[in-house]
Amino acid sequence: MAEITNTGFLTAISEQSAGVSIELDNVTKVYPGQSAPAVENFSMSIEPGEFVVFVGPSGCGKTTTMKMINRIIEPTSGSIRIDGKDVLSLDPNALRRHIGYVIQQIGLFPHRTIAENIGTVPRMLGWSKSKVAERVDELLRTVQLDPADFAKRYPKQLSGGQQQRAGVARALAANPPVMLMDEPFGATDPITREKLQAEFLRLQAELGKTIIFVTHDFDEAIRLGDRIAVMSERSKIEQFDTPANILAAPANDYVASFIGQGAAIKRLTLIPVTAARLLPVAEGSPGIPADGSLRDALDLIVLTGSRAINVVDADGRPMGSLDHATISAVLGTPSKRGGRG
Amino acid sequence: MVLLSPLKDEKGWFMDTGFNFAQLALFLSDRWGEIINLTVQHISVVAISLVIALVVGVAIGVAVWNKPISRATALAAAGIAITIPSLALLALLSPLLGLGWGPTIVALVFYSLLPIIRNTVVGLREVPAGVLESARGMGMSRARVMLTTQLPIAWPVILTGVRVAAQLTIGIAAIAAYVAGPGLGQYIFTGLSSIGSRNAINYALVGTVLVIVLALLVDGAFVFITRFTTSRGLRG
Repeated sequence: MAEITNTGFLTAISEQSAGVSIELDNVTKVYPGQSAPAVENFSMSIEPGEFVVFVGPSGCGKTTTMKMINRIIEPTSGSIRIDGKDVLSLDPNALRRHIGYVIQQIGLFPHRTIAENIGTVPRMLGWSKSKVAERVDELLRTVQLDPADFAKRYPKQLSGGQQQRAGVARALAANPPVMLMDEPFGATDPITREKLQAEFLRLQAELGKTIIFVTHDFDEAIRLGDRIAVMSERSKIEQFDTPANILAAPANDYVASFIGQGAAIKRLTLIPVTAARLLPVAEGSPGIPADGSLRDALDLIVLTGSRAINVVDADGRPMGSLDHATISAVLGTPSKRGGRG
Repeated sequence: MVLLSPLKDEKGWFMDTGFNFAQLALFLSDRWGEIINLTVQHISVVAISLVIALVVGVAIGVAVWNKPISRATALAAAGIAITIPSLALLALLSPLLGLGWGPTIVALVFYSLLPIIRNTVVGLREVPAGVLESARGMGMSRARVMLTTQLPIAWPVILTGVRVAAQLTIGIAAIAAYVAGPGLGQYIFTGLSSIGSRNAINYALVGTVLVIVLALLVDGAFVFITRFTTSRGLRG
């Protein structure tokens, strides 16, 4: 009977492809033969559709914590619930088919074409051939790989960035409500990485998955996360808050050291120019589009040497102006919510 | 044209044990049916042995590839096995298994195991960890990962092991004529045991040359087998 209920539950969560809640409760992992736990009493509650980034140094247990959610690593104690259901009560293989999983090494099957790779989980779930083919086409387009060109290729015929897109497409294939991502963009060059990050954010804005994303790159965390958990040894949460709040008010020296130099500039990246109290239009000053960030504004001020710059709307009409002092004033009052989008 | 050192008959005269093409041609035309038959037997006994060795060897490889102690034991045992002289092994097997196909197949399987087990282990260990982790992460059971991912990726390496085993067993199969095994070894042994007779060299020559030709043809065949059974994504 339990088996039927579990399958029913997994079917139910897979229909809520828009994201479900995840709760970790006093989760501990002690590896056999090690006295100190890798993860100790980790508790966290993640909202449906939230993009949470675990950030911390190598070996702090952030990856272990994430991998306990799909039971690639079994917790020693504690409980993990997805949409209220304890994952330890579910068949691990059935569970994993409903959780998207992307890792840094990507792990595309080298002997299978890109289309076959992406169709892996749908085929296991018993989708019809035509439905799998349709879904593969749709996903290739979603990750901006032309199906006519890429479907029949093998992984080795793709660049690193293209492989990572195929990896994301494969994880999304069965439309899982939860995505676990372990440094997925870590092995790509900086330009490709920024591009993948931007594309992934755009994708997430449409899909609204619940995402747990592990990285050791704090700038990546700021860029992507709705909330960031800064972690230290044994997966201890030093601070769990929005990027803006962490930058504005680091909880302790550890978090501050993790943010590194230029916290103010990083914060400006997150705040749109429209958040500033605009001054009257300054005639003859350079303009910045209203959807730019305050960092872009500051950049323009430094670059042009102007005292002030104008914020212009989509039609090019100036809405008001900004100067050094108005930008500083925004930083003076920590914003309540991460200013992204 | 004299190929062998001349022998003396009972009177001390040198015998003509020589070789000439006219005699070889006559030999071939008299016995071509039998020659084809022996060649087919030779290929058959090698093919049957390789199939058995492939199944057994891959099964052993799959069982031990990720267990250091079992792996070392299996490879050491197969390594020692292959050093046993084939003639000695056949002599040991015939009291147990009689003569003919039985001891021959057992011996050939025995010698094929080392290259096949070793290459299975190497091939399985070469599958990237990230591929295995993502397969598990997508909800494949261990058996499914092995069958749909690890073995297909390891296949070209395993097949190389089978190819080495094929070369080895084509040669050893010739020796199996010692226990009345099938194949071209019968001609070689007939030739060796009747040195001095008119057709001795013809027997030995035809048997030996055909074994060599067979080895080359089979090696060539493996190039095609590898090509047609390996995913395009894995080819160099």
